[in-house]
Amino acid sequence: MIVFIPLYAAYKKVPVYETFIEGAKDGFGTAINIIPHLVGMMVAISMFRASGAMDMMASLIRPLFDGLGIPSEVLPLGLLRPLTGAGSLAFTTELIKTYGPDSMIGRIASTIQGSTDTTLYVLTVYFGAVGIRRSKYALKVGLFSDFVGFFAAIIICLLVFGT
Amino acid sequence: MVNYIWLFFIAVSFIAAIINGRMEALTEAAFEGAKSGVTVSFGLISVMVFWLGLMRIGEDAGLLRKIAVLLQPVVRFLFPDVPKGHPALGYIMSNMSANILGLGNAATPMGIKAMQELQKLNPEKETASAAMCTLLALNTSSITLVPTTLIAIRMTYSSAHPAEIVGTTLAATLIATAAAITADRWYRNRYKNKPPKWKDRDSIDTGTGSDNGTSAKSRSSGDSLTLDGQGKGEAVV
Repeated sequence: MIVFIPLYAAYKKVPVYETFIEGAKDGFGTAINIIPHLVGMMVAISMFRASGAMDMMASLIRPLFDGLGIPSEVLPLGLLRPLTGAGSLAFTTELIKTYGPDSMIGRIASTIQGSTDTTLYVLTVYFGAVGIRRSKYALKVGLFSDFVGFFAAIIICLLVFGT
Repeated sequence: MVNYIWLFFIAVSFIAAIINGRMEALTEAAFEGAKSGVTVSFGLISVMVFWLGLMRIGEDAGLLRKIAVLLQPVVRFLFPDVPKGHPALGYIMSNMSANILGLGNAATPMGIKAMQELQKLNPEKETASAAMCTLLALNTSSITLVPTTLIAIRMTYSSAHPAEIVGTTLAATLIATAAAITADRWYRNRYKNKPPKWKDRDSIDTGTGSDNGTSAKSRSSGDSLTLDGQGKGEAVV
């Protein structure tokens, strides 16, 4: 991949280095843009954990989901994901940091984060750009697919990585 | 909504800290969180810069267009009321291709362009047309081959297999997308003013298509067809 793409592009007469730099600038901008979001969310989550609130909440929810084998730690992610891309990314990062990227929770969080999109943001941007005020059933469909994606991600991870 | 969630985290943390007597730890945790937020972002920069640079080369070499061609039959099926050869279809295909490759930044402008083209076909300028809702459904559940950012974060935390979630992510997005398309079709048919009799199915919301019974039939068996189309796309990739 790393070798093939530049070679193919060179064959297509693309100025590979300049193009790479152009795209790389984009990547830099994206990474810089999410810093405030990551900081804001991680402060809140870190406080939530340190104060013992996380444990209190988890012990409340745990009986509901333990029966199904779903780790309750990923539940807040399901709430955050449709609302805020950077916020849920921060939450996912926090989970990966705490439990490790190769833990079941880390894998499930990664899959959830990768397989759904920030429905509210997409709706606002796309419809806002053309002046649509009434979105009919678009929001319902988007949230429904987030819901399905969330549980699909959990079930698939439990099946694939489960012991 | 995000405001409430954020506030909830902080307010509940404060109360819990009082109950559990962890006030000092709370302040420390706040600064610790801020620090790790920045650390993570910097870890992301290297991978994002490299990957998006590479993907831009691919984009300019016409890889996006190649994928777009593969998507053509799928797009024709999903947007029956957009006339053949309309510029909107091209933008929709580019938008989907960019999503599949995990190029969020390229997908958004393409999606907006597609929306603007669909708006030209839309009789009611302030209400979303059926095609617009379909495009939105595709974007909120977009099929992802390469979850770039996620792989970057997993690398930052030295995962043994940073890319092991590619398969699970693809499977979950396929399911979510199938759900979105199914729901979209269901609502689309429900929102038609007329009762859903097969004979009445030849008039379409935008009033541009000249559909007939055959496409109405394909619509009724939408789910299986959709999955077929996606299966094909997957196989080719």
